[in-house]
Amino acid sequence: MLKILKYSFYDLIRSRWSYVYFLFYLVLGFVLLFLNNDVSKAVITLMNVIIVLVPLIGTIFGVMYYYNSREFTELLLAQPIDRNSIFMGQYFGVAGSLTLSLVLGLGTPFVLYGLFRSNAIFDFSLLLVTGAFLTFIFVGLSFVIAISNENKIKGFGYAVLIWLFLAVVYDGLFLMSLILFEEYPLDTFSLVATMLNPIDLSRILILLKLDISALLGYTGAIFKKFFGTDLGFFISIATLFMWTLLPILGLRYKAQKKDF
Amino acid sequence: MIFHNLHIRCSLLLLIFLSAHSLWARTWTVCPSCENSSLKETIKSADAHDTLLILKGTYREFDILIDKPLLIKGVNYPIIDGEKKGEILRVQADNVTLDGLFIINVGVSYTKDNAAIRVVRSKHFLIQNMVLEQLFFGIYLEKSSLGKVYHNRIIGEAVDEYNSGNGIQLWYSTDIEVRKNHVQGTRDGIYLEFSDNINITENVSMDNLRYGLHFMFSNHDTYTHNIFENNGAGVAVMFSKFITMKNNTFHKNWGTAAYGMLLKEINDAEIIGNVFKENTIGINIEGSNRIHYIGNDFIGNGWAIRVIGACYTNRFKGNNFLYNSFDISYNSKLNDNVFEGNFWSSYTGYDLDKDGIGDVPYRPVKLFSYVVNRTPETIVLLRSLFMDIIDFSERVSPVFTPDNLMDAQPLMKIRS
Repeated sequence: MLKILKYSFYDLIRSRWSYVYFLFYLVLGFVLLFLNNDVSKAVITLMNVIIVLVPLIGTIFGVMYYYNSREFTELLLAQPIDRNSIFMGQYFGVAGSLTLSLVLGLGTPFVLYGLFRSNAIFDFSLLLVTGAFLTFIFVGLSFVIAISNENKIKGFGYAVLIWLFLAVVYDGLFLMSLILFEEYPLDTFSLVATMLNPIDLSRILILLKLDISALLGYTGAIFKKFFGTDLGFFISIATLFMWTLLPILGLRYKAQKKDF
Repeated sequence: MIFHNLHIRCSLLLLIFLSAHSLWARTWTVCPSCENSSLKETIKSADAHDTLLILKGTYREFDILIDKPLLIKGVNYPIIDGEKKGEILRVQADNVTLDGLFIINVGVSYTKDNAAIRVVRSKHFLIQNMVLEQLFFGIYLEKSSLGKVYHNRIIGEAVDEYNSGNGIQLWYSTDIEVRKNHVQGTRDGIYLEFSDNINITENVSMDNLRYGLHFMFSNHDTYTHNIFENNGAGVAVMFSKFITMKNNTFHKNWGTAAYGMLLKEINDAEIIGNVFKENTIGINIEGSNRIHYIGNDFIGNGWAIRVIGACYTNRFKGNNFLYNSFDISYNSKLNDNVFEGNFWSSYTGYDLDKDGIGDVPYRPVKLFSYVVNRTPETIVLLRSLFMDIIDFSERVSPVFTPDNLMDAQPLMKIRS
């Protein structure tokens, strides 16, 4: 598995798209800091980018990589190698290289602009950690989708759909249900609904760490009471882990069953 | 004859002496080791219009009554320590001047509003250069008028609202100038109740538990060039008429229930040239009519202006709205307020005829702020992509927000 991981990883590190991705974050970081020159303010703007773009890029990249390396995968499958290690290796290779691009791309400008001297370092690391989680989750989801669909168009379609659902439609349904049941106490419901979507969970986790959480008012106080405690933080990180684990397990299951 | 002459001369001398005595008032020096070591005793023996010079030292006295016109002046800030036993200075005469004293340890009481300095039914008083610390109420003006509170420093350590007092309180007082004072760590920095024609300028009110400045049933008052920072709410104006608010700074009144300015049942006021920066809610307006908001700067607030209800014929002109999460929040579909010629940092229109005014009207109310007003729990969707999308579509064709609530002449460039 490690060998395949290494191969996939180096293959991707050398590929043009990794550089594009890396450069994109590098430029984004520099432009943001150039425009407002305040590390903690830039973190807020960055949050919007991370919770939308990181899942999207993870999804697209994952599907693309799987379909592109299909012939190589088939070649590997002909060898006496454990199936699990082939797919896990590829998965961790893709997710790892994307995470590396993200961390280096955003980290470099922030470090140069004096991140270590500002008190935003914890917020920023949280941002990177959630970004890494989102990458792993969405690459995993896209791998599962790609392995289940021989048809590339269909696979792409489903992958984008799942991103669209979690990033946009889910919030719409969430909003509708909040308005529909406004007569009822909604605190627990909104907590649970937030936990069930990794994008929402990441957004709330970051929001609560920032100054802007005061805008959340009374509802925010309840969220802060939950996520602010060690237990709440632990539960939300555990949920993100669960979210990462689910597609990986799905991928293993599919890989074992699939007839190539 | 000689005797007669002598008699006249004597009486003349006496007359001169007497008149001199009343014309050139005496000066009493008080210090801990002097003949006059007690403030109370010296005030008793002094005549009207005398001067008391209090030299440096500590005077452990409270309930000091000043019942005649006196000038009481501290030299090098003598300390008057009330030892938490009660009220410290009580002025009950016209033309009293208090200058340069350091008053500490006012007694906290749940039945009496003990103050460091209380002025009762007096006119033409001047309270200046005082330092008040460890206090309950600071300066309490009661049914007094035509006085001046100038350049005092009031530092409280209030923790809970129920057992703390206000820095400067005016109750049924008129025509008073409150200027260049620094109030911090009290319940309300400056509190006005039933007080008219008060002029509040160049004060700093910060870190107070409740409000920096608080009006109740007070009319025709003016406050200008003050700074309100990090209070529970900067300024609360309630049930008052004809208040002028100019060139004040409201800064960092930040928290889950914090406001820069809170207006409730205010009519015919003017809010001009103020700066609202980094407050959770810049101005919270409820039941306020005929108010002019002109040339204010709203920078980086959560909500710049939140209109809760029953606000009619207000006019917003020439304000700058810069980088607020929500510019205006509105909870009804009815709008009777006018927005014109403001600069909105999130305005995306164009100006083809180059007259400095955008050709497309700007709609400052986001659908999200409308939804949040209806169901407060929906705020958890703050900064989600979905909300940005529906805000955009609502902006293109308003359905839920009042369609006449718009700035038809948004400025293209920031008003300087």
